[in-house]
Amino acid sequence: MIALAMSVPSRRSRHHVRRWPLITALIGLLVAMCVLAMSLGATGIPLARVAAALAGAAGGDALIVLQVRLPRLCLGLLIGAALAVSGALMQGLFRNPLADPGLVGVSAGAALAAAATIVLGDALLVPLVGPLPFGILPVGAFAGGLLTTLGLYFVATRSGRTSIATMLLAGVAFGALAGAVMGLFSYLSDDRQLRDLSFWSLGSLSGASWVKVATVAPLILPMLIASPFLARGLNALSLGEAEAFHLGIPVQRVKALAILLVAVSVGASVASAGMIGFVGIVVPHVLRLMAGPDHRFLLPASALLGGALLVGADTVARTIAAPAELPIGILTAAIGAPFFLWLLLRRQGGVSS
Amino acid sequence: MSTILGARQVSFAADRRLLVDKVDLSLEAGTFTVVIGPNGAGKSTLLKLLCGELAPTDGAVLLNGCPVRSIPAWRLAHLRAVMPQASDLGFPFKAVEVAGLGVEGIGRGLSRPDRERLVDEAMADADVAHLAGRNYQTLSGGERQRVHFARVLAQLKAGRSVEARQILFLDEPIASLDLKHQLALLAQARRLAGEGFAVLAVLHDLQLAAGVADTLALMHAGRLVACGAPYQVLTEDRLAEVFGVSLTAPTLPPHPWRLATE
Repeated sequence: MIALAMSVPSRRSRHHVRRWPLITALIGLLVAMCVLAMSLGATGIPLARVAAALAGAAGGDALIVLQVRLPRLCLGLLIGAALAVSGALMQGLFRNPLADPGLVGVSAGAALAAAATIVLGDALLVPLVGPLPFGILPVGAFAGGLLTTLGLYFVATRSGRTSIATMLLAGVAFGALAGAVMGLFSYLSDDRQLRDLSFWSLGSLSGASWVKVATVAPLILPMLIASPFLARGLNALSLGEAEAFHLGIPVQRVKALAILLVAVSVGASVASAGMIGFVGIVVPHVLRLMAGPDHRFLLPASALLGGALLVGADTVARTIAAPAELPIGILTAAIGAPFFLWLLLRRQGGVSS
Repeated sequence: MSTILGARQVSFAADRRLLVDKVDLSLEAGTFTVVIGPNGAGKSTLLKLLCGELAPTDGAVLLNGCPVRSIPAWRLAHLRAVMPQASDLGFPFKAVEVAGLGVEGIGRGLSRPDRERLVDEAMADADVAHLAGRNYQTLSGGERQRVHFARVLAQLKAGRSVEARQILFLDEPIASLDLKHQLALLAQARRLAGEGFAVLAVLHDLQLAAGVADTLALMHAGRLVACGAPYQVLTEDRLAEVFGVSLTAPTLPPHPWRLATE
């Protein structure tokens, strides 16, 4: 009887670590990052005064807290979560832990459209429509990213079936082409345009405003809400497309929905904050090393850790060289890469993928 | 006996080559059907057509009278389970999580403890309960195959709560198993057939095939050249013609040994 009881796997051994404690810890980390982000900056504001400003007290604090830091915090949370969850979705879809949200072409397309707007906008559009509205760059980048992904999707879809491998290869080809055209744009650009280009490519949350948050939120929130419903499908897909179909998963619908969600949310992220690398690869990977690859856990946990990482990185970016600001893309890579390497070394031999 | 699934003049062509050529085959409840034939005969393609993975270029596959490709994936998953030849995994899932995938897509009407119990039972049936906590990617080929067998068994058990007439497809299920587990797996499949499942397996070992099958389906160059009881199908002339080997009666007795575990 005892031997029988021991041969049955206990509930606890089904998962790598206890998941609820980890989720709780991630929520704690996220809250801590948010508190720090509200308090720290070019002007330090003690927490008591932050709370007073949030509660409605008027004054200089209120302006900084409500009109500068809070929208920036919201934008950071949304974009961090979008990038990390998109990374997890793409890695699940491509069955490859090295996949990146950019694989579906959205980043390259957005970058190309942004570069075109920066470099050609002055020469081609200004004579036609007069001074360019401030929003033309994000709108152009968003449209560029979405159109590229849709184009790649149609290239890779034959008789109702999307070949993930074809989409990947077409994305690589498009990325190379976009890189070449962007090189040409940098060659053609003047000093100011070159500066705009390089800042945009490093990413920053510095333009955050409530208008931006209100524009980006409807594009990112649906993805954060919908992604957990893809978790079972992605788990089954890790066996292969045929096996997922045998297990009852509507494979084509899962693929199309995941690609659409990633294209829209990453497009919105890149359009509003430029290119922020590494969050999409590192966050899901770290969580997978800590708690296993089950997407039912991985997707929500990625949203929490992605948001926390980006808000934390942004806080450092604002304070480390205050009153100047570092581009956030430098920081996400500088924080993420060593941590990632350390995890890999610590777990050497533990993962074969 | 009642027919669960029927292939009517089913053909499949790819790259202008006819891989399956006008095959008629019925899977009956309570019957173990084994498909045999040389490499490239179209055995696996036929299995993929029957389980709904591929759409026939001609003919029809009817499951309970409905074209199998018209049944939505989630419903189909209750009606049949498929064990693939080999399966690589993109991520380091544990063996228990892989087996659990069998009840993740279906069995939504079951409570979580019920689903976990089904998975545990299936893992015990496939003799992989002791591997539950192991990383799938570190398992041997044979252990992986048994984990997939557990996954398929769990899927059938979960589907059983909704559908009474189920089919089990096994594509070379014993290719990398040791002798003990080959026999154990086939005995399990045999037992499921005894419980009323229709079971279809692709096998290479003619001795084992003849030992477990109620019906042998011999394929050659995409065509079904013979179908019936093992002693009717496995004649010396036919083996020489299809496999290009000359076997004499003593190496293949008319009534090969049966599984002792039955």
